[in-house]
Amino acid sequence: MIEIKDLNKSYVMGKNSLHVLKGINLKIKEGELVAIMGSSGSGKSTLLNIIGMLDNYDTGSYHLDNVTIKDLDETKAAKYRNKFLGFVFQSFNLINYKTAIENIALPLYYQGIASKERQTIALDYLDKVGLKDWAGHLPSELSGGQKQRVAIARALASKPKVLLADEPTGALDSVTSDEVMELIIQINKEGKTILVVTHEQEVANMCNRIITLKDGVIMTDVKTK
Amino acid sequence: MIFSKDSWKEIFDTIKKNKLRTFLSGFTVAIGIFIFIVLFGFGNGLQNSFAEFFVDDKVNTIRIYPSSTTLPYRGYESNRRIEFTNQDLIEIKENFNNEVEDIVVRNTFYNQIKYKEKSNQYQVRAVSPGHREAENTILMSGRYLHEGDIEQRKKYAVIGRLVAQDLFDGKDPIGEYIFGSDHSWRVIGVFQDEGGDREERMLYVPYTAMQEIQKNSDKINQMIVIYNAEMTYDESLLLEKKLEMYIKNKKVISPDDNRGVYISNTGEQLENSNNFASVLQIVVTFIGIGTLIAGIIGISNIMVFVVKERTKELGIRKAIGATPNSIILMILQESIFITTISGYAGLITAMITLKIIGNNLQEKYFISNPYIASSDALFATLILILFGAIAGYIPARKAANIKPIIALRDK
Repeated sequence: MIEIKDLNKSYVMGKNSLHVLKGINLKIKEGELVAIMGSSGSGKSTLLNIIGMLDNYDTGSYHLDNVTIKDLDETKAAKYRNKFLGFVFQSFNLINYKTAIENIALPLYYQGIASKERQTIALDYLDKVGLKDWAGHLPSELSGGQKQRVAIARALASKPKVLLADEPTGALDSVTSDEVMELIIQINKEGKTILVVTHEQEVANMCNRIITLKDGVIMTDVKTK
Repeated sequence: MIFSKDSWKEIFDTIKKNKLRTFLSGFTVAIGIFIFIVLFGFGNGLQNSFAEFFVDDKVNTIRIYPSSTTLPYRGYESNRRIEFTNQDLIEIKENFNNEVEDIVVRNTFYNQIKYKEKSNQYQVRAVSPGHREAENTILMSGRYLHEGDIEQRKKYAVIGRLVAQDLFDGKDPIGEYIFGSDHSWRVIGVFQDEGGDREERMLYVPYTAMQEIQKNSDKINQMIVIYNAEMTYDESLLLEKKLEMYIKNKKVISPDDNRGVYISNTGEQLENSNNFASVLQIVVTFIGIGTLIAGIIGISNIMVFVVKERTKELGIRKAIGATPNSIILMILQESIFITTISGYAGLITAMITLKIIGNNLQEKYFISNPYIASSDALFATLILILFGAIAGYIPARKAANIKPIIALRDK
C-alpha cells in the first residue's frame, strides 16, 4: 500500500539546513496497523506529513497504492488526499461552527456527493463511533474523546485507503485514550490500513508493528503480533 | 459545481453560523454605501438650492443705476449727481434698438399703504410693463400693467401675495382701492415671486403715474436692459461696454470715472455662479470619491480579517480534500453575496433617508431636494462590491495556497 525508498527531507532555515529524514525505506502492506514512534525531533511527524501529502520530500520515492506521489501541486494534492487519505489530528481539528454530522459530511461534499447521501453516510459513521445521538452537537459541546471519535468518523467517511493519525491520544486521558485506540483497532480489523504516530509506548503496543525513528533514520522495525 | 445548490447551501450555512463576522462585513459595506449616497445627495441638494437662488430673475439683463461722479470732467466738478430722464430712456432705446429687446424702468419708493383700517410700510416699484419679464413675476390673479396704463398714467397697482394677505385678510383684492402717497390706487392684480417673501411684499405701479404725483417729475432711478437671450456671454459684455460708453458720453462723465453710472450684467453674475456651481460639483465629487475609498478600505480590512480568522478552518478543509480553487471560490462567493445584499440594503436605506429628508434642510442648511441619480448610486454599489471581491480574493488566494500543515499548526 505504501512504499517509500531512500526518502530524504531537509528544512532550510536561513543559512542552516536541517536534515530531518535521512534515507527512509519503508513498506506498509494493506491492512497493517503501524505505530511510528520516536522522541520529538526524531522526524516522525515529518514522515507522516509526507505520507499524508501535507508536505513535500526532497529525494527518494514514495508510492501510495501504486501511484507516484512527488511534487504535487496543491490542487492535485487536495484531490489525492480526498481520495486516498483520512486524517486524525492530536487537536481534533473539527470545524467549530459545524455540528458533528456536518463535520463528518464535509469530505463527502468535496467528493461531490449529493446532500442527502452525505447525511446518510455521515450518520452511518457517527453510529459506528457510537455518537449517533450527538449528531446535532457542536464540537464545543463534546468531550475530548467524543471529538476525537467524530474526527475519526470524518476521516473514514471519504473511504480512504489509509488512515493517518498524528498523536490521536495526545490530548486525551488514559481511559479515553484506550477507548479511542480500541476504535482504531476495530477499524483496522475491518481491513483499513492505519498509521499512528505516537510517543506513548502503551499506544504503540496496541498496534501490530512498531517503527522507531531516531534522528531521521529508522532504528527498529518490529512486528508485535 | 461552482454555483451549485450545494455550494450555496454551504455558504448560507457558514453565514448563518458566523453571524458576527457576517454582520461586520455587511455593515461596513452598508454604511459605506449609505454615507456615500447621503453625502452625494446632500451635495446635489446644495446645488439645487444654489440653482434656485439664481433662477428667480431673468438672466439676460443689464442694470443701469445713476450715481454721483468722482472725477471732474469737461468743466463739470466732481461729485455731480447723475440722473436719468424719460428722454434718456427713449434715446437709449433708439440707439440700441437692434441689440436690446426692452429697457424697463424701475423707480423704487417706500410708502405707507392703507386699506380700510389696515396699513403697512411696503416697497413700491414704479415700473414699465417689461418689468414683469425682467423680474420673472408670476401673476396669480387679475392682470399686470400694460402699455396703456403707462400712457394714461393710470393709478393702478399690482400687489404682492403677502401684501394681499396682510391687508385684505383673504378677501379678493381685485378692484379694491388702496391708499398711498396721498392717492388711491386700484388693485388690478396679485402676483407671487420665487425670489422669496421680500419679493412678495411689494407693489408694482405704472412709473408714469408715480412721476405725475411727484410733481410731474421725469426722473428714472434704474433702467433694466433686457437683451436678446441668444447673445453669448461675450456679446453681452460688449453690449455692456457700449452702453456704458454711450451713457458716459451722453451724461458727460469721464471715461475713467468708476462711478457716475453703475452698470451690472446679470449674465456676469450667472457666469460667476456657474463657476461656483462647478466648484461645488468638484467638491461633491471629491467627497463622494473619498467616502467610496474609505468604504473600500473598510471592506478590504474586514475581508483580510475574515480570511485570517478562517486560516485554520481553511487548512482543515484542505486536509480533507478541498482544492485551492474551491477555497477561493467559497470565500469570493460568500463575500460577494454579503456585499451585494448589504450594499443593496445600504442603497435602499440611503435612498429612503434622502426621500424623508426631502426639503426639511432647505431653510437652515440650503439643501433642497437632495437626490442621487440611480445610475450613480448603482455604480457606487457595484464598485464597492467589486472592490470587496478583489479585497477578499487576495487574502483568499494566499490562504488557499498555504500548506495545510502550516494552517493546522497548533498553538
